[in-house]
Amino acid sequence: MVAYIVRRSVMLIPILVLISIVSFTIIELPPGDWVTYQIENLRASGIQLNEEEAERLIKMYGFDEPVWKRYIKWMRGILFKFNFGWSFQWGKTVNELLGERLPLTLLISILALIVSWVVAIPIGIYSATHQYSVLDYIFTFFGFLGLATPAFLLAMVLAWNIFKYTEFSPLGLFSIEYMDEPMSAEKFVDMLKHLVLPLIIIGLNGTGALIRVMRGNLLDELKKQYVITARAKGVNEMRLLFKYPVRMSMNPVISTIGWVLPGIFSGEVLVSLILGLQTTGPLLLRAVLAQDMFLAGSIVMILSVLTVLGTLLSDILLAVLDPRIRYGGASAR
Amino acid sequence: MASVSDTGRGDLLLEVRNLQVHFYLFEGVVQAVNDVSFDVHRGRTLGIIGESGSGKSVSAQSVMGIVPSPPAKQLAGEIVLHRATPDGGTETLDLGRMDPRGPEYRDVRGGEIGMIFQEPMTSFSPLHSIGDQIGEAILLHIPDSTPQTARERTEDLLRRVGIPRPDRAVDAFPHQLSGGMRQRAMIAMALSCDPALLIADEPTTALDVTIEAQILELIQELQQDLNMAIIYISHDLAVVGGVADEVMVMYLGLVMEHADAETIFDDPLHPYTRALWQSIPKIDGPLEELVPISGNIPNPFAVHRGCPFYARCTERIQGVCDESPPPVLEPRPGHTVRCFLYVDDVGSDANGAMGD
Amino acid sequence: MTASTEIFEDVLVADVAEQDDRFYYASQWSLIWWRFRRHRVAMISMALLLVLYLLAILPGFFSPYLPSTRFESYQEAPPVRLYWFDQNPEGGGFVGPHYYGFEKTLNKETFKYEFAPILDNPINLRLFAPGPEYTIVGDWTATVHFLGTDVEEAPPFMLFGADRLGRDLLTRTLYGARISLSIGLIGVALSLILGIVLGGISGYFGGLTDEVIQRLIDFLISIPSLPLWMALSAALPRDWPVLKTYFAITIILSILGWTGLARVVRGKLLALREEDYAMAAKAAGTGEARIIFKHLLPGFTSHLIVTITLMVPGMILAETALSFLGLGIQPPAVSWGTLLQDAQDIVAIAQHPHQLIPAAWVMAAVLLFNFVGDGLRDAADPYSDH
Repeated sequence: MVAYIVRRSVMLIPILVLISIVSFTIIELPPGDWVTYQIENLRASGIQLNEEEAERLIKMYGFDEPVWKRYIKWMRGILFKFNFGWSFQWGKTVNELLGERLPLTLLISILALIVSWVVAIPIGIYSATHQYSVLDYIFTFFGFLGLATPAFLLAMVLAWNIFKYTEFSPLGLFSIEYMDEPMSAEKFVDMLKHLVLPLIIIGLNGTGALIRVMRGNLLDELKKQYVITARAKGVNEMRLLFKYPVRMSMNPVISTIGWVLPGIFSGEVLVSLILGLQTTGPLLLRAVLAQDMFLAGSIVMILSVLTVLGTLLSDILLAVLDPRIRYGGASAR
Repeated sequence: MASVSDTGRGDLLLEVRNLQVHFYLFEGVVQAVNDVSFDVHRGRTLGIIGESGSGKSVSAQSVMGIVPSPPAKQLAGEIVLHRATPDGGTETLDLGRMDPRGPEYRDVRGGEIGMIFQEPMTSFSPLHSIGDQIGEAILLHIPDSTPQTARERTEDLLRRVGIPRPDRAVDAFPHQLSGGMRQRAMIAMALSCDPALLIADEPTTALDVTIEAQILELIQELQQDLNMAIIYISHDLAVVGGVADEVMVMYLGLVMEHADAETIFDDPLHPYTRALWQSIPKIDGPLEELVPISGNIPNPFAVHRGCPFYARCTERIQGVCDESPPPVLEPRPGHTVRCFLYVDDVGSDANGAMGD
Repeated sequence: MTASTEIFEDVLVADVAEQDDRFYYASQWSLIWWRFRRHRVAMISMALLLVLYLLAILPGFFSPYLPSTRFESYQEAPPVRLYWFDQNPEGGGFVGPHYYGFEKTLNKETFKYEFAPILDNPINLRLFAPGPEYTIVGDWTATVHFLGTDVEEAPPFMLFGADRLGRDLLTRTLYGARISLSIGLIGVALSLILGIVLGGISGYFGGLTDEVIQRLIDFLISIPSLPLWMALSAALPRDWPVLKTYFAITIILSILGWTGLARVVRGKLLALREEDYAMAAKAAGTGEARIIFKHLLPGFTSHLIVTITLMVPGMILAETALSFLGLGIQPPAVSWGTLLQDAQDIVAIAQHPHQLIPAAWVMAAVLLFNFVGDGLRDAADPYSDH
């Protein structure tokens, strides 16, 4: 088991290196000398930046050096000093900006993941055990609808309707009256109310796909011989369902974390933008539009690294649940 | 065919009468089992032979109450089990009338009747230990059992079916055992609650020939020890010939011929049985030319006016065999055949007119 | 043995066997087509998709105006309604398909413009009416429009209403379909090439090559797609011509798109190369490339088609999201995403809900592709259970 975790972790290293390279490429992508371009921009927009400051910046990012040296410098800063760079647009370090925003992104993403599982798994089980029933068709239809509806559209339409019918503005994380208040029980409840909509939208966006995975897997598992064997033992149907095929079909669902998580991060960007949540999403859009590339590159990198860590977690969870992986079984299928 | 059972070869355990199971699929209706009747006696073995799609497995699954339904539907037939009660008497259970998912049937399934399946590789859940899966049956059917006693009993069973180090095998997961070992564990599971009837559905098809021999030997040994009845299903004539006391030959859901094992191998009557016999090499017999059965098995959705074997039969009578369903005849006592070629020796042709 | 051969021929002419022949000897594609035809939802969706693409190929013919034509004083006008019976309380009766012009008044309480139909002036519509000249392809132009009116100086016929600048939303939606619907197909075509080549190499050669490509796929899958797309398209210069941006966006979408296809190809190749017919071809001395293209690829073309069909909607949604954020197709070019930029804030939607109509088109296209793909998957899988 420990050997397995170590092996999986080591396998992540090349992926992490690739992620850092791509993120750095993003930083380097905009044409021209980046720092001078930004400095000119600043000057053009009337912000005073003296020569010394400019030179210090050029030197700081070492634009006289070749690309690979700059990459190593950036990486060294991250790995040893935990310094992701400087955001020109905000005049703050990237660390500072992310420190303010990342916790909310994480909170929303993890809760959204839980929402999508809590909704998708029972529906998947029901649909598989009641294949071609009316409810199965209804769930399938809504699953399709969920797949077809872009999260940002759903966010717009729902927010507008909630505002129209309940006078409650779901925008932002807190209502105006609590904005400057210290944390209290009421403020916390207010925050929860504001979180419901984004969680549902981001969570449900992946639910359709997850239902299909769960339903399809369970249908496959239900046809397997071991189900009939268990039935031949006289096990009661409900117990049989949950002990054998449902547990078996949970494994592929757990391994979907690898692609559900990137989807959640993507959805979070758009939904937060529309619902005015102060997460990394709107920060990324503004950074990208302003070509504030250290910030943009760092956000892409952190979100990717988080996904990779999520995948590692799901691998470990799989090993805990599946003895074939745990004992390094010959045939893992 | 009822008369086969009346010759007193041990206690009657199971009676199946006029069983009819159809599968309602998108493409049409498959008449998987049509008018199948047979008896099973304690301590004796009934062999069922047939090609795939002949209805031999569905017949056995019906007894077990595990036919997938839908799409399958049992349209007619009685399945009666005479089970021993703790006080030494017998009680009669009409399995055909019970809800296959209900508690009464579940009590019989895995208790009175155990089943071994074809695929040892997939018969166990890969996520649960062998001990867990065998112990589950024990906890369900043996009164007053606890996880501790179930574990001990499982170890005993594993020892009995010849698995080395049963104390460790209990905690092993299926993927850690070889195919032969898994099939032994499967047998242990089927036997875990001392069944009166063991249904073996092609238990050795997926195994090597040497392991096949070992498993067959094990099953026969256990039968003698436990005085079990066995329904042995196979497409392999040699295997059935080796284990069965009486043999039933099925083709497209119909019983074509039914007799005791010696008679049916030495003097088969139905052209299909004969064709089957000619299509396999005999180890002890004279070297003859092998003749494959011509043609394909007909489309399972087809409805036959006459004999379903008509198109492939070498002795068919045009205008007779393709016009009406052949009767079930008993040319000699205890030997029934569904064919126009014979004359009823014992009773009148009463059962023959089962049409479809 | 001669006896049995005779019987075999005999069987072929027998009733039952003859029926089966169609089944036994039908090609893989006829079987798939038979099964697909039975899938009613998928068949209807396929037909509707064809209609959508026809609209997208000939937007000039099907839309009444040009995407850049502005109707002053009709800014954000609501959709006009199509009537068959005269709506005038004094008139009444059947007059054929017609609509009414709007009278624009300023509501003095809300300070907003309101549009009311002028009921005493029905404007009759007819098929193939003349209208503004549009380009079909290259220098080939026409003036005939699918639906229009002969009435001179008629008020604009805007079935979907007008946008912020008074342009017909129906026209713009149809022109937008050209980019939105084609970007999915071209993006998938690019992904397909990448996927087949890389997946094929990975699955056929195995070993270290396979390992490297698999890690690359793992890596690409672990990157949240939208942030990466955003970052990449931000690097595109804003002053590029539309066509260049269009292809750049397509390439950006394909960079992440090929991985799924490559996995399908690799998985199938790994399974198929163990199959007897590939072994037989190899034993017969057939060359590697020939084995891949002649023998192995046809073995899973149906799976590829299913995967592709289910990939297109993802591409359409991605383009919509990027353009919506202002990072994709840039105005004046029209795509469904750029049209939705008008619906970016809640206040705008609340006042002019018709701005969301392009969103309905996006959803329709995505749904239809999903239904067709689902039907194809059921049809292509010989072991599907219905």
